[in-house]
Amino acid sequence: MRWSSFLKVAVAVAALAAPVAGAVAAEFDDGQINVTRDTLKGKRVGFVPISMGFDLPQVWYEGLRRDAERYGYEIVTRDANWNVQAGAQAINQLIGEQVDVLIVHPLEMQAYAKLIDKANAAGIPVIQINLKSLNTGDAYVGANWHSIFVQTGEEILKRCGKDAGGNGKVALVQGVLTTPGSQIGRQALADFFAEHPDLSIVADQAADWDATKAKAVASTILKQNPDLCGFIGFWEVQDMGIAAAIKEAGLQGKVALVTSGGGEQKSACDNVANGNFTVNVSYDARGQARDLGTVVTTLLQNKPQTPGSHPIGVYSHNKVITADNVNAGVCWSLDDVKKYGP
Amino acid sequence: MSSGTTRGLSDSLTQERIVLALSVALFAAFGLFAPGFLTASNTLSLIQNVAILGLLGIGMSVTIIGRGIDLSIVAIMAISVAWSLSLFESGMGVAPAILLGFAFALLIGVINGVLIAYVEIPAIFTTLAMGTVVYGFGQYFLVPIDVTYVNESIGWIHQIGAGRTLGIPNSVISLAVIAALGFFALRSTIFGRYLYAMGDNPASARVAGVPTRPLIVAKYVLSALVAFVAGVVMAMSVDSMNTRIVNSTIVYDVILVAVIGGISLSGGKGGILNVLVGTLLIGILLNGMTILNMPYTAQNIVKGLILLFAIVADSIFNPRDEQTSQQGDI
Repeated sequence: MRWSSFLKVAVAVAALAAPVAGAVAAEFDDGQINVTRDTLKGKRVGFVPISMGFDLPQVWYEGLRRDAERYGYEIVTRDANWNVQAGAQAINQLIGEQVDVLIVHPLEMQAYAKLIDKANAAGIPVIQINLKSLNTGDAYVGANWHSIFVQTGEEILKRCGKDAGGNGKVALVQGVLTTPGSQIGRQALADFFAEHPDLSIVADQAADWDATKAKAVASTILKQNPDLCGFIGFWEVQDMGIAAAIKEAGLQGKVALVTSGGGEQKSACDNVANGNFTVNVSYDARGQARDLGTVVTTLLQNKPQTPGSHPIGVYSHNKVITADNVNAGVCWSLDDVKKYGP
Repeated sequence: MSSGTTRGLSDSLTQERIVLALSVALFAAFGLFAPGFLTASNTLSLIQNVAILGLLGIGMSVTIIGRGIDLSIVAIMAISVAWSLSLFESGMGVAPAILLGFAFALLIGVINGVLIAYVEIPAIFTTLAMGTVVYGFGQYFLVPIDVTYVNESIGWIHQIGAGRTLGIPNSVISLAVIAALGFFALRSTIFGRYLYAMGDNPASARVAGVPTRPLIVAKYVLSALVAFVAGVVMAMSVDSMNTRIVNSTIVYDVILVAVIGGISLSGGKGGILNVLVGTLLIGILLNGMTILNMPYTAQNIVKGLILLFAIVADSIFNPRDEQTSQQGDI
């Protein structure tokens, strides 16, 4: 190739490449994106889940992670590992580190209440995810436990009430009694049962969110009440034990089991499809992950002047999963969320 | 194991018998007051509900009888079995997945034993630390999520913990098989005889030619393997394994069923029957109170009081003497 034509080609390539290079250097300014990026870049978001070992915190984390990568903020995760003291210590430490937003997932209604006020007083906005202390901080993102359990009651009514030809005998298996979801849920059910006298609670026990304990309790209840119409469980993970007890007694399909959870494919839909659960009322943790990400970016860009003064609530939709809709994409899988986002 | 004293009262009123009498009394009381308690199917379900506790109790008592303790038993159970299940979940065949979990439990048992026997770290510290190590290692490297699900597609092994044979729950049969093996090992083998000798007085057992160090390794391997079996029974019976059980207080319940049945924490005393009697007492209590639909917190109070009563009764009928009060360095 002669020098002159080489130069021509080189000039042409450079001319073609120039606008592309320019586009990389400066993103089209729509009047907001640069401000958003600049504000979010380098921010630190503290996240204190009950434990990173189960599907809910994992999907929430995924929701945050994708935003963190896009906008350049940092997530500082401190796992409480089912221990209130460890969680409180983590929160205190994150307050000391002056994170820009603090996300907490409280195991009890009271334990973190003062710490949330403390964080607010230190100028840190606080979000509570899916479980809530009595005070809110700046935002609550998660299930409306009252409506989840009213829905649970309605599903049991459809199967055990007088209109359904059932005898109305229902057994409750609660989790850890001090967990916000359990407390609010038990109250919601008490109200619901008071309104529907054709339903009666023949047993009311707790199983500490432990499937083995739930199985022991449920099998005893079944022996004691051979004509039981249905169980209401308080969390799908624990309620696998109730399902096992029903199956072992040869009563699958005869005794209803209504439970609730985050709507993950394996724990919710697969277990409805194989008959372990009759109904699973999902609070759609995948949707919560997206809500959480939105609230975090909102609070980071629009920091409240007095954190804690104007709390907001973002309550998730309930999705009722039954054998009829189990294959209609009502559940989500963690692998998909990791690949494609919440 | 009679202590060989000639005091008639303390010979006939061993803790095992006291607890058995207490169990019978409770059984009768619940039979009278809890409708539906006294049926064959409820009695079986009562045993079934404490089968895991009984299995772990057997593993624990082997270590206690040889004057030791295994606080890592629950962590070994949860992590080894959860690892097997997640290997199966990720596409490995059942047999290799189960074998790998089994090998993991075996390895931890060997490490426990070597640290205690050869490095001479007290058992209580070794196994306490090992429990944390196993749980942490497992969560970080082996098991990605707290709860690993399993279903009948896993094949024949599902039958170990679920289903019935001739009307008897398979988990109860598993407990019976392990109890029979344990009974045989403790009563009729050289291992068993040496174990009691070592538990009673390690120094003199050693002087008498008992290979105490290998024996210590063997007993921790045994308790780790029993833990694996208990884990498989547990996972198959509730179609899932939740590793969070490591954070629960179940290890105290395991020590309690052994101690309440009359296995002395100072070693050398008790046997499989003691574990079974202790397990039965807890089983009757839990089942009866659930049938009476007692609130959860009240159940805990009753459980605590009955256990306290059994311990007080034991210390009245079997007072500590100069020899036993000096033993306790587990």
